[in-house]
Amino acid sequence: MVKASGKRKQRIKWSKLYTFSCLNPRTTDNDAPNQQLLGQPGFSRVVFCNQPELHKIKPQKYPSNYVSTTKYNFMTFLPRALFEQFRRVANLYFLLGAALSIPKLAPFSPASMITPLVFVVGISMLKEAIEDWSRFLQDMDVNSRKVKVHSRNGSFVEKTWKELSVGDVVKVNKNENFPSDLLLLSSSYEDGVCYVETMNLDGETNLKLKRSLEATLSLDDDVEYTKFQATIHCEDPNPNLYSFVGNLEFNNGTYPLSPTQILLRDSKLRNTEYVYGVVIFSGPDAKAVRNSTRSPSKRSRVERRLDYLIYVLFLLLVMISVVNSIGSALVLKSEAAMWWYLRLQENADSPLNPSKPVTSFFLQFVRSLILYGYLIPISLYVSIEVVKVLQAMLINKDMRMYDELSGKAVEARTSNINEELGQVEMILSDKTGTLTCNQMEFRKCSIEGISYGGEINEVDLAASRRMNVDVERYRISIDGSDSTGESIEMFEYSVAEADAKQAVLGCDHAIENSDIEHRRIPASGKEPNIKGFNFRDDRLMDKMWIHGSNVHDMIMFFRVMALCHTGIPVEDGNSKRLKYEAESPEEVTFLIAAQEFGFKFCQRTQSVMFLQELEPSSGIEVKREYKLLNLLEFNSARKRMSVIVSNEAGEIFLFCKGADNIIFDRLADNGRIYQQATTAHLSNYAEDGLRTMLFAYKKIEVVEYESWNTLFTKAKATVGTEREELLEHASEMIEKYLFLLGAVAVEDKLQKGVPECIDKLAQAGLKIWLLTGDKRETAMNIGFACSLLRHDMKQFHLVLSKEAESSHQLKAVEEDILSQIRNSYQEIVKGNKKDVPSALIVDGKAMEVALRSEISNQFLQLAVMCDSVICCRVSPKQKALIARLVKEYTGKTTLAIGDGANDVGMIQEADIGVGISGMEGMQAVMASDFSLPQFYFLERLLIVHGHWCYKRISKMILYFMYKNVAFGLTLFYNEIYSNFSGDDLYDDWYMVLFNVLLTSLPVIALGVLEQDVSADVCLQFPALYQQGQRNICFSWKRIFGWILNATLSSVAIFTVTIYIFSPAALRQDGKVADLAHIGTIMYTCVIWTVNCQIALIVTHFTWITHVLIWGSILCWYIFLVLYGMLPPEHSQGGFHILIEAIGTAPMYWIVTFLVVVVTLLPYFIFSIIQRSFYPMDDQVIQEIKYGRTDVSNKPMWLREQQNSRKRTQIGFSARVDAKIRHLKERLRRTKK
Amino acid sequence: MEGDGESVSSSASTALVAADVDARSILVLRGGRSKAMYQFTQQSLPACKPVLTPTSVISTLFLMGIFCIPIGLLSLHASLSVVEIVERYDSECVPHQFRLNKVAYIKDSLIPKNCSRYLKVPKYMKAPIYIYYQLDNYYQNHRRYVKSRSDKQLRYGLQYNDTSSCIPEESNDGLPIVPCGLISWSLFNDTYSFFRGTDELRINRKNIAWKSDRDHKFGKHVFPFNFQNGTLIGGAMLDPNVPLSDQEDLIVWMRTAALPSFRKLYGKIEEDLEANDVISIYFLNNYNTYSFGGRKKLVLSTASWLGGRNNFLGMAYIAIGSCLIVLALVFILLHVKNPRPYGDAMYVSWNWKGIPN
Repeated sequence: MVKASGKRKQRIKWSKLYTFSCLNPRTTDNDAPNQQLLGQPGFSRVVFCNQPELHKIKPQKYPSNYVSTTKYNFMTFLPRALFEQFRRVANLYFLLGAALSIPKLAPFSPASMITPLVFVVGISMLKEAIEDWSRFLQDMDVNSRKVKVHSRNGSFVEKTWKELSVGDVVKVNKNENFPSDLLLLSSSYEDGVCYVETMNLDGETNLKLKRSLEATLSLDDDVEYTKFQATIHCEDPNPNLYSFVGNLEFNNGTYPLSPTQILLRDSKLRNTEYVYGVVIFSGPDAKAVRNSTRSPSKRSRVERRLDYLIYVLFLLLVMISVVNSIGSALVLKSEAAMWWYLRLQENADSPLNPSKPVTSFFLQFVRSLILYGYLIPISLYVSIEVVKVLQAMLINKDMRMYDELSGKAVEARTSNINEELGQVEMILSDKTGTLTCNQMEFRKCSIEGISYGGEINEVDLAASRRMNVDVERYRISIDGSDSTGESIEMFEYSVAEADAKQAVLGCDHAIENSDIEHRRIPASGKEPNIKGFNFRDDRLMDKMWIHGSNVHDMIMFFRVMALCHTGIPVEDGNSKRLKYEAESPEEVTFLIAAQEFGFKFCQRTQSVMFLQELEPSSGIEVKREYKLLNLLEFNSARKRMSVIVSNEAGEIFLFCKGADNIIFDRLADNGRIYQQATTAHLSNYAEDGLRTMLFAYKKIEVVEYESWNTLFTKAKATVGTEREELLEHASEMIEKYLFLLGAVAVEDKLQKGVPECIDKLAQAGLKIWLLTGDKRETAMNIGFACSLLRHDMKQFHLVLSKEAESSHQLKAVEEDILSQIRNSYQEIVKGNKKDVPSALIVDGKAMEVALRSEISNQFLQLAVMCDSVICCRVSPKQKALIARLVKEYTGKTTLAIGDGANDVGMIQEADIGVGISGMEGMQAVMASDFSLPQFYFLERLLIVHGHWCYKRISKMILYFMYKNVAFGLTLFYNEIYSNFSGDDLYDDWYMVLFNVLLTSLPVIALGVLEQDVSADVCLQFPALYQQGQRNICFSWKRIFGWILNATLSSVAIFTVTIYIFSPAALRQDGKVADLAHIGTIMYTCVIWTVNCQIALIVTHFTWITHVLIWGSILCWYIFLVLYGMLPPEHSQGGFHILIEAIGTAPMYWIVTFLVVVVTLLPYFIFSIIQRSFYPMDDQVIQEIKYGRTDVSNKPMWLREQQNSRKRTQIGFSARVDAKIRHLKERLRRTKK
Repeated sequence: MEGDGESVSSSASTALVAADVDARSILVLRGGRSKAMYQFTQQSLPACKPVLTPTSVISTLFLMGIFCIPIGLLSLHASLSVVEIVERYDSECVPHQFRLNKVAYIKDSLIPKNCSRYLKVPKYMKAPIYIYYQLDNYYQNHRRYVKSRSDKQLRYGLQYNDTSSCIPEESNDGLPIVPCGLISWSLFNDTYSFFRGTDELRINRKNIAWKSDRDHKFGKHVFPFNFQNGTLIGGAMLDPNVPLSDQEDLIVWMRTAALPSFRKLYGKIEEDLEANDVISIYFLNNYNTYSFGGRKKLVLSTASWLGGRNNFLGMAYIAIGSCLIVLALVFILLHVKNPRPYGDAMYVSWNWKGIPN
């Protein structure tokens, strides 16, 4: 085992191949002073490598590698959770009530006050505990991952992550995550480099190179660690990902360390068999952990408004309490002395003391506050919690949001903000891993000016389908190349026909063309057989290209593809095909494609690359050897990559690939044969959102190469600041006079269903912003692929100009950006009259300036006006900042969706954070409120579940308030009749049961089962989603309407009962009703009323709803019977009440019916009028569904679906629309 | 199960999960209970989705109206069949010289409280005729009053000695009072006797309290003790030899009224009274309502199946019934005049611009 690891050492020294990269030990001036800092405060950390035991005792005792994201632990749970609970004003109020009930100040028994409070707080705390427990489990999962740690004498044993401590030497294998921040000692490559994927940290997909110090290179085998000892002096733990200051004392030498040697936790080892590293920062000290923030607890818009509603109710409560206590004081002062039967003069401590009206005023006030506490229902919070948990459960269980590939379902990680899902207006989306799978596919290529791999894209297909014309004829018309009158006429005819049809049908589901030429359409729907290769063209595939006309250029094209890269082939078990690993996924696709075309790159040594080439003349494969002379690698400034190779015949070639404008600038005059055709293809590819790259080559004479190489070698050997300049210059010299071969188009594969989902979301009125750490070109590619961008859009680029950037003058930079913003804004304002769609593309650096407080408002003003916004090269911090500013500036509900650790800030900052759980990284998911396995589930999550949850919660809160106000006010009216003495009309147990048993379950049914329209309809009519965005279900108008309704109901209940039952006899035997009877009768009326009221609100009765509503009423009677059967000392007034007294009185039943009719009449009439004359969208749809008009009049149904889409400029449909508009415009012009 | 999916390598897990889903759906389809569970979690439970259509609304209103009016008529009829005589006697029973200082009159135990009144029966009254006393402006529902009792003591007597709830009438001279509390202390003590001509009408004062009270709430072996022995005497005395369960006046009184104006059953006359009979009533006007401006009334009333005389119920029903019918008619009119085609997509918000309005 030990030997094996040594043998597998890879023999390639990448550092020798690379020319420009940061691998060279930098001796820039900046590093020197940093070294001086060591030992100073903030830079005092000392790590004894391979001596972890030294770090378990003071003074160098550092935390273990255990990482905890939980809020509580066993000790702190109770106090902290209680503190959290009583931070809610409502809970505090209830606690006060409970406390006051103990000295008998409150009108209720202590039990009836304390029990519900304990219940509420208990449930909330239980929820907290469960959520924290799941976090704990996830922590456990992470903490108990295994890593190989050096124990002694060169043997490495597996340990869990949490057992790791500072100073440990670990060995991390390929595709494993780093358990903590490590210092790279050596790797499987001879020169100690390794590739690291930092997607979780910054979202960048390209692999990063890390390189160990020369001094530690020898530590490349397990046994080497037997005696290894070194000391690191470095900075203290901090959250800065891109800096590191420290030095290593090893073998009597001191070596400065830089971020290049640091492997960060949460990043991953790639393309490297193994690395050795020593733990520097463990657990909570790791930079990635330091960077994470605790997720803030979020509250939904509805809940925030609920707070205000609670204030309103509290005001009402205070008002009636004041009325009550003033009344009480006045009565006491003026009349009470005369009421001899009350003997109020005695017992001075009683709250009702006529000699101290002021004291009794206050005491009575406190008592009233508690008595009418039903206005602020404690149970509302319980019910909301319960409902939300159930809603979350239903979201989790939805089979339509279950991803069979990953076996994961949507998970609502917090249930607090379900209803917020129904109000989202802005989506901030990450790119990599969210919209795209981070998987490249070779899709098209253009060789010698001929495009291969399908010509018709989906937009054209949809447009042709919509217009009901043959694809071929359609193509002719859009190309405009064929202008024979006949075809135009034909086309026009079919367009006209389609128009007519559309007018009738109003749908895009016109008869589909069956005779589509399959050859020309890329197999977009089908999964490609080979990963990374989604290309189909008979002219190239299966070696057919050898029959082409100009085979030479074709071969050169394939050679560029197979040779110009940094990849390495990997044996793939049983398959004949090779797999590849490279720095960027694009290179992998090129290699795979080259293999498919017959140019298999099969081996790489330090300086030789082997190709298995197809000989076009003979048709057999030959293995050829290419000597790699130079490699001028890709970087963001150069935007190109070249290799210089010599073939077996000694001919020297330069193969180059790069971005279009870069290559076009470097073409030789005779190398531009295919330029025109290629340019046209490029723009087509780009329109489809494909990432393009040009291939070119040139042959170099040996002499020319020799002379250049000496120059180049000299430049390479230079040390100092001018080195890069020299290298740049040298490469410029050789990378010119190229011959253009063609272009390739690679698709950054979108996740399943992404374009459709974006289309739907856009139609529902959501805005989608793309925030990515990737470069602008990539971001724009995806913008096109997702139809967030269109070519006819006006694009505004916000970029920091070179001069401004170099001037370092803050003022100038700000001026620059500000003027850009202003100009763009002016243009949009002007353009809007013409309805020109606009897009804003912002670069990270410009963003940094634009987000400064003075400019940010103007920036956001501009951004909000644009149809789509794409921000590229943004840092995680900027993402979070954008989320916050957008949220604050627009005041709209913002949803952030992402998958990596770099999205965590944004996810936490936005109103709703959504994490993609399909990928490996868990940070985003951990920080999120909802996690989705696939992006496209967002559509259903928002449009179906969000819509439902919003409606349910709003309806539920309104109804809850209604029932409690209606109930609470009857208590108040009773005070007027009982001299403001603070007596309660109802038995204590009735009061307790009101919210616990008798009215709570139907509310929960409403909150869980109610559906205004079915899921299909939600999806078909995106306009319904706007009800949530406009918040029409929880507007103040509605709230006050319901308060009014509740007041009317309470008045009706009270007066009707009082007038009927007093003072005449209740029954035929002449007995009259006493306090207990009237209380019970009135309570019966309340129960009937509120339960029937909910039956009026519910539009979707399942059997559960029925059982709960009518069961609640039945429950009341069952309770009465059972309560009456208790011994009288427990049941008091309720003893035998139903059986003996009121149940046998016909009056009781007749009155109940009357009261229910009277109380519900106002709402009933209101809802009839509202429905008849001002119907809401969902109501009309309900009617259509009810009358089954959707089946009988299908065209209308489809037309309305079409109409209900919000006019939008983004999304696939909008793009098809634009295309058709464009075509018609052209037709009209041709006609003239 | 999700955990399994993660740990297995991707291709294998796909197959596994797919199989798993199949297995689950098979499981789901088997057996009604799991099917119902599946429908619940997928939110596809069969549901009835009633919609307020014009027809259903109008017919509901109409039917309800038609249902309410007969009930109203019946109730009104029952109520009107009740004959009720109300005689206020508190002011008339005060001798002329005390008319200006009624409190002095009532508090002076030396002044005889006898008083007599004559009543003419307006209509034939069929036995049983219930005799009530009615007190107005008397707050039996006052919190202090209502709470000032001990149900346990009423049932178990002296065995139960915690009378703290009876404040301020819990004990006297260190001995507990049975029955304690303000309610029993202030027991009503006016008495009535009735004569038709010279024959005394027999008043049945048994069974005026709820049976459950007599049997279960007031102890059969609990006798009044130390009652009304204090300096302050409230209302009636109780015979210490009669158990509480037989003290029906007390039991009725202890049923506190909900409103400041209430009636309590005094007894029953078990003979029919003819129209124009003249009845003389002899009062003992003991109870002090003068201090607080209360009124005392004597009420003779028959009862129907619906109880005493109360026109409000019947009237309310008739009013609501007619209201519903009128509403139904209004809606018919509105619907005819300005119909909104039911389920017409013109009324959806995205088509609003299309409606000329």
